[in-house]
Amino acid sequence: MDGLTQSHTGRSGFPPAYLDRVGSSFTDFLATAAPDLLPSRRQVPSVNAGDLTPHGTTIVAVTYAGGVLMGGDRRATMGNLISSRDIEKVYPADTWSVIGIAGAAGIAIEMVKLYQVELEHYEKIEGLTLSLDGKANRLAQMIRGNLGAALQGLAVVPLFAGFDLDAAAGTTPGRIFSYDVTGGNYEERGYAAVGSGSLFAKNSLKKTWRSGLDGDAATRTVVEALYDAADDDSATGGPDPVRRLYPIVYRVDAEGAVRLTDAEVAGIADTIVGERAAADRENVDRGF
Amino acid sequence: MTMPYYASAEQVMRDRSEYARKGISRGRSVAVLTYADGVLFIAENPSSTLHKVGEIYDRIGFAAVGRYSEFESLRVAGVRLADVRGYSYNRRDVTGRVIANAYAQTLGAIFTEQMKPYEVELCVAEVGDSSESDQLYRLTFDGSVVDEPDFVVMGGQAEAVTARLREDFRAGLPLSEALMVGVRALSASSPAMPGNGSGDGLLPAAQLEVAVLDRRRPKRAFRRVVGAALGSLLGDGGGPAPEAATHAHAPSAPQPGTPAGLGDPAAPDTAGGAVDGPADAGES
Repeated sequence: MDGLTQSHTGRSGFPPAYLDRVGSSFTDFLATAAPDLLPSRRQVPSVNAGDLTPHGTTIVAVTYAGGVLMGGDRRATMGNLISSRDIEKVYPADTWSVIGIAGAAGIAIEMVKLYQVELEHYEKIEGLTLSLDGKANRLAQMIRGNLGAALQGLAVVPLFAGFDLDAAAGTTPGRIFSYDVTGGNYEERGYAAVGSGSLFAKNSLKKTWRSGLDGDAATRTVVEALYDAADDDSATGGPDPVRRLYPIVYRVDAEGAVRLTDAEVAGIADTIVGERAAADRENVDRGF
Repeated sequence: MTMPYYASAEQVMRDRSEYARKGISRGRSVAVLTYADGVLFIAENPSSTLHKVGEIYDRIGFAAVGRYSEFESLRVAGVRLADVRGYSYNRRDVTGRVIANAYAQTLGAIFTEQMKPYEVELCVAEVGDSSESDQLYRLTFDGSVVDEPDFVVMGGQAEAVTARLREDFRAGLPLSEALMVGVRALSASSPAMPGNGSGDGLLPAAQLEVAVLDRRRPKRAFRRVVGAALGSLLGDGGGPAPEAATHAHAPSAPQPGTPAGLGDPAAPDTAGGAVDGPADAGES
């Protein structure tokens, strides 16, 4: 049976797979009921397909005293072209976690969509949210399923961060997990970045981030790291005051995941640009 | 295969109906009421983990009475159908009618084709943008589906509770009043109350499972009313209710550099570990 027939009910109601009580995973359920809806079940011809889809670039995440922040630039590229100036690459995964994506945009967005349903589905069926480690591990399995496509140029590398509701007393509730294309899952200390500009973003965070920063200071380190990445990486977009496009930044704290307003991020970005310009003018005044 | 006795189709159906009705009437009751901001579910349910009321999708809720294993598998099927449809089309394309139809067809098929009918009665509720567009579907064990205005009562004392609600219910009540109307109606005929509820007492919060579909909430309208919130809505008549367990996991700590599940053998997420480890030595 193909996928669409299975999303309708038959003449006698639910198909048998729906009434099977076993399993609270949406992905596992799709694998039996509608396997062609799963990105990992698709055959990719063995040619390099990397030029077929836009690629997303830089994502950064940092922890701070109250939780965790994640930000992403707005550019997607296809080869030498900028295919999108306003793509969003950071999404809430559920109330307590966010996911940012770098790599083949088409596959990545489908994966995020599936992942969001996966977490919500588990929550509805079990009446309980997954633990943060459980969520991170589930995402690793989805990335692992994409390994075949990754080897043909359609790699997706996410960054996952969340507020740990079960954090033991005295530990930081904000946690960050990074991945590699084979599904390797690594918890990061303090900050992390993925994508083509991640080298520059990490170098920036190395100098600006400290443990125990408050929310505002930590937000600034995120925006500044993206600015530094855009400065040196052609595939990462900087703040765009002409079109009023600024990085997307999510904050996850005890209240849940919230997207910072464009005005707030624009204010920080403008401050950073102003400071850099002032510093450069001083250099010019000194005769450089 | 031998067919020792002949039974008319009429007789078979009558027997099955009677069987299903008997099973359902043994259980406690559930009332689903519309109120000013949406739909209110009140179940008489002493368990805080085996739910009779659940979330199906953003604007759709579910309530059931009867045999737990049977309505639980139907609830899971409803969640699956809603999520598959929402994932392959759009979240807007999941409607209460689709879910109710699937339940009706499934229950109808089981009733006619299988030896034992499901001993369940379901209500699928959907909130719209205004109280006029709220929908309550009642589904019975034989697959009949009825679109009810105002309220639905199911379970053992359904008739008595319905009669009581007919007197007290008014459309567009605020949440606290709608809850009191519903709890009073359930308490009046509850076998758990002294004198079968002939007194004026109300069921305590610990005996109730309460949830709402609140149209004012963005996206997911379903919310359980538990703990202190339920106590204060009931005027604290029933003592403290158990808190909801939405994130009850063993405590975890960040372990950068250590792959999850490969750390300290004593950690809750690491496989193995000593059964009679040194940590136990000093105890017992």
